[in-house]
Amino acid sequence: MIEAKNVCKSFGKLKVLNDVSFKSSAGQCIALIGPNGCGKTTFIKSILGMVVSDSGSIYILGKDIAGGWEYRDVIGYMPQVGRYPENMKIGQVIEMLTDIRQSETTTDDDLINAFGLKQLYNKRMGTLSGGTMQKVSASIAFLFQPQILILDEPTAGLDPVASEVLKEKVLAEKEKGKLILITSHILSELDELVSHILYMQDGSILLYKTLSDIKEETGETKLSRAIAHFMTNKK
Amino acid sequence: MTKIVKYILLDILKNKIVLGYTLFLFAITFSVFSLEDNTQKGMLSLLNLILFIVPLVCIIFSTIYIYNSSEFIELLVSQPIKRKSIWLSIFVGLASALSLAFTVGAGIPVLIYEPSATGMTMMLMGLLISIIFVAIAMLAAVSTRDKAKGIGFSILLWIYFSLLFDGLVLFLLFQFADYPLEKAMIVISGLNPIDLGRILILLKMDVSALMGYTGAVFKSFYGTEMGLIISIFVMFLWAAIPLLFSLKKFNRKDL
Repeated sequence: MIEAKNVCKSFGKLKVLNDVSFKSSAGQCIALIGPNGCGKTTFIKSILGMVVSDSGSIYILGKDIAGGWEYRDVIGYMPQVGRYPENMKIGQVIEMLTDIRQSETTTDDDLINAFGLKQLYNKRMGTLSGGTMQKVSASIAFLFQPQILILDEPTAGLDPVASEVLKEKVLAEKEKGKLILITSHILSELDELVSHILYMQDGSILLYKTLSDIKEETGETKLSRAIAHFMTNKK
Repeated sequence: MTKIVKYILLDILKNKIVLGYTLFLFAITFSVFSLEDNTQKGMLSLLNLILFIVPLVCIIFSTIYIYNSSEFIELLVSQPIKRKSIWLSIFVGLASALSLAFTVGAGIPVLIYEPSATGMTMMLMGLLISIIFVAIAMLAAVSTRDKAKGIGFSILLWIYFSLLFDGLVLFLLFQFADYPLEKAMIVISGLNPIDLGRILILLKMDVSALMGYTGAVFKSFYGTEMGLIISIFVMFLWAAIPLLFSLKKFNRKDL
């Protein structure tokens, strides 16, 4: 569903994405991991068209995304740090997005209900705590039942109950055959969610394999150990 | 796109500054007319006030508004919406809010005291200048990420158009006083939308005799229908060109 071909992006002299190519299909749940500043968020943003890549192309459902915008209809995006108009209320933001998107599919209110956001609808975005903001971001990402979900550090800042709720939701969506792309630094929580691992370093993809393959190769049962094993061998 | 414009307009109108701007225009327009018993004189004072205040408020307010809506822009860019519609919606929202403020604030008193062709020309010029300076602000705001730099750039642009440009023109006139510059002045005046607006209004007031021989040349050019159409077209370009450039930049911008 997502295919990247030789994507490059520099910010000034800094090369953030260096010839990134990868292909993924429906039903996969991919963990995008790597050290800080390795280009994960930039890669995600270029899929969304928020960052315009210097060269290379990205295809979503077989269509080149350059200059397009319709493709974002099938993507639900949860940013690492949600930024919302400060003087709008939670309810207004959700209402506005529903109004602007006018999707034919019914909206998926599961997360809004599970997080109890309806009671907070009158709170202004500027007054929200980081965790509540994450809850809003997550609810918006799942709201329009997208075929592709891109979650940038979804559980950072969420309390244990909320992150459990979110994980359950991700698993449920995965069962429905959606493509899910998650970045996270908490490898233990990815263990139960993901089917594939995409490891990035210095703007390049070093590793793209299924979770079971990695575990088999390294002989470890835990993802965190397997990755550590892999990393030390690499050096 | 109309939906985005609706949200932006609601947001701007909720902002007290536009309301304050309307009241301020209303107050100065009324007081200028009540100070002078001759409305022609009143129009002259009003002309200078409007050509000073309207560009300033439009360019500064728009620049700050665009920077402050960076979250809104970011939110919309990740949704299935064309970047072009987002940017143009912001332009339409800002331009219509500020034009509305001008029409209500300055238009009502002008209609009461001076419902003539001069009054109408002044209204039209005020509206055009509002739109032009919103477009210039969009270009200034998209050019740099740094808010302080962007606002500083807008202020510099305003100083250039309101003060420096006239100084430069005077300097040129004195330096080349031996040459016939009257025709060249027509072209030069087109390089500044504020001057263009001022000339068009002054010509309607029949005080162009004050401008000497240049005034006569201006009259023979801008006074004709063709001249009027050309100058309005030039003002239209002053809005369209910065807007198109800013749109081009916004389409390639990393958020």
